[in-house]
Amino acid sequence: MSGSNAEISRDDVAHLANLARIDLTEDELERLAPQLSVILESVATVAQVAANDIPPMSHAVPLSNVFRPDEVRPSLTPEQALAAAPQVDQQRFAVPRILGEEA
Amino acid sequence: MTTTSADPVTFEDALERYDPVMGMEVHVELNTASKMFCGCSTVFGADPNTQVCPVCLGLPGALPVVNARAIESAIKIGLALNCSIAPWCRFARKNYFYPDMPKNFQTSQYDEPIAYSGWTEIEVDGVSYRIEIERAHMEEDTGKSLHVGGATGRIHGASHSLVDYNRAGIPLIEIVTKPIEGTGAKSPEVARAYVAHLRELVLGLGVSDVRMEQGSMRCDVNLSLRPIGVTTLGTRSETKNVNSLRSVERAVRHEIGRHAAVLDGGNRIVQETRHWHEDTGVTTAGREKSDAEDYRYFPEPDLVPVAPSREWVEALRAQLPEPPSLHRARLQADWAFSDLEMRDVAGAGAMNLVAETVAAGAAPQAAKKWWLSELARYANEHDIAIDDVPMSPEQVAQVQGLLDAGRINDKLARQVFDGVLAGEGTPEEVVARRGLEVVSDDSALGDAVDRAIEANPDVAAKIAAGKHAAAGALIGAVMKEMRGRADAGRVRELILARLG
Ligand SMILES: [Zn+2]
Repeated sequence: MSGSNAEISRDDVAHLANLARIDLTEDELERLAPQLSVILESVATVAQVAANDIPPMSHAVPLSNVFRPDEVRPSLTPEQALAAAPQVDQQRFAVPRILGEEA
Repeated sequence: MTTTSADPVTFEDALERYDPVMGMEVHVELNTASKMFCGCSTVFGADPNTQVCPVCLGLPGALPVVNARAIESAIKIGLALNCSIAPWCRFARKNYFYPDMPKNFQTSQYDEPIAYSGWTEIEVDGVSYRIEIERAHMEEDTGKSLHVGGATGRIHGASHSLVDYNRAGIPLIEIVTKPIEGTGAKSPEVARAYVAHLRELVLGLGVSDVRMEQGSMRCDVNLSLRPIGVTTLGTRSETKNVNSLRSVERAVRHEIGRHAAVLDGGNRIVQETRHWHEDTGVTTAGREKSDAEDYRYFPEPDLVPVAPSREWVEALRAQLPEPPSLHRARLQADWAFSDLEMRDVAGAGAMNLVAETVAAGAAPQAAKKWWLSELARYANEHDIAIDDVPMSPEQVAQVQGLLDAGRINDKLARQVFDGVLAGEGTPEEVVARRGLEVVSDDSALGDAVDRAIEANPDVAAKIAAGKHAAAGALIGAVMKEMRGRADAGRVRELILARLG
């Protein structure tokens, strides 16, 4: 899927949708594959500009070693932490059980 | 698809035809005061969701900042394992959906670990094994799920899960070995010795509590078999969360037999994760490795690269304690122990405990004796690590001090240990409360001696006739009457003074 002549297949989209837990219909899969291919192609034009003397960047600023001292700061209260939880039980986030996996 | 079950093959039988290859992945939770990327406390055992903030809850817009001490600890572990330290490395996002990670990714390192290409040396039964270290990388711990509705606390059969994020974001170092080959029948012991060695090493660095029962050290065991003489690696299984030294040994042993049975039956080993069952000593199939395990790692944009300067690394190297092998050699010389005695102490995992007991004033032989007898037995009976025996090296030295001062004898000392271990207080308090102090007061002893002589006229006559060896019987009688608390030496003197 990488490289400048990337073509995204319907199966690629289905795989990615599954990994991202997005439920897509057959129609959507068919429609998104060519759209994503176009996006990828457009982005790939950047590679034509990037010469060998331009190192790939993962960060917008050329910084390294930004640290903080190992000091405890106040946390949220459990009430604050759980305020947005859809469901709370025993001061914990209650979530549906995960199928097909064993913790 | 799961592996078909086959007739079990014994460990010995398996090793006649197959050569085991192991790989160990050990997670060490660092003992920093605050989390890896936020200021939340890391104290173990707090009420659920009291040590969480927008960063470790993965709330939108929250930005992580790296804990400097976690980086230092990671570098120290790398150096202690003779690793190269990366001059520049990045964090990466490991993307997956599971409620234990509210961000939907775990911040980890991928192809740029902070430490790589190291080695360490362990010993089993007097033979050295060099273990090659592939990498030691930084990552963050996940939250803890409690599965409710199911019978066993496991997810199977559970109706929903309750998540506590206090542990989410605590710094972890994952230490990965290269394939460990050529260990043959010693593989289970080598695996155990390696984990015990790592524990000792990390404890010596002071960067983690490495308490396996609290989960601050967790071990995954990878194992594959190949027919003897074959050089390519077989398919491996990954047994997760093998969390005691004894279990590491047992799990390797079990997997060797299981793999052999599958291979003997003409079947293939499926690459999968397996779960270790402490109670039954077997593993069961977990997830099969598949396309679903596609973590789509990419560099973490919210954290800038870590580029430890040579000066920083060298300053940390200078802080390292002496390596365990040198440390051990020095202790052996100081204590005047034989190789065998050192091996016994190391095998019991009591090296640091004996050292601390000696530092607290006990003679080396005495310190060794108590840790390898009373206290090792207690740990064994309660199925806990010897470090978790509820008695400190200082207290052990105090018991020995009472013995050296003649205030208690060997038998009473054992009762003092019982009392301290039962939570009755310090050795002094146990002696006072249980009335264990040796009686050497002549008036109290004299009456008991007189009664013993009166009750045993035949023995008394023998002693009077010059057979001093017979005094033992009378000393025994006095001891019995005084419930072991009499000063045996003084009793003997009193008997001889009366009859000699
Ligand atoms: Zn936090």
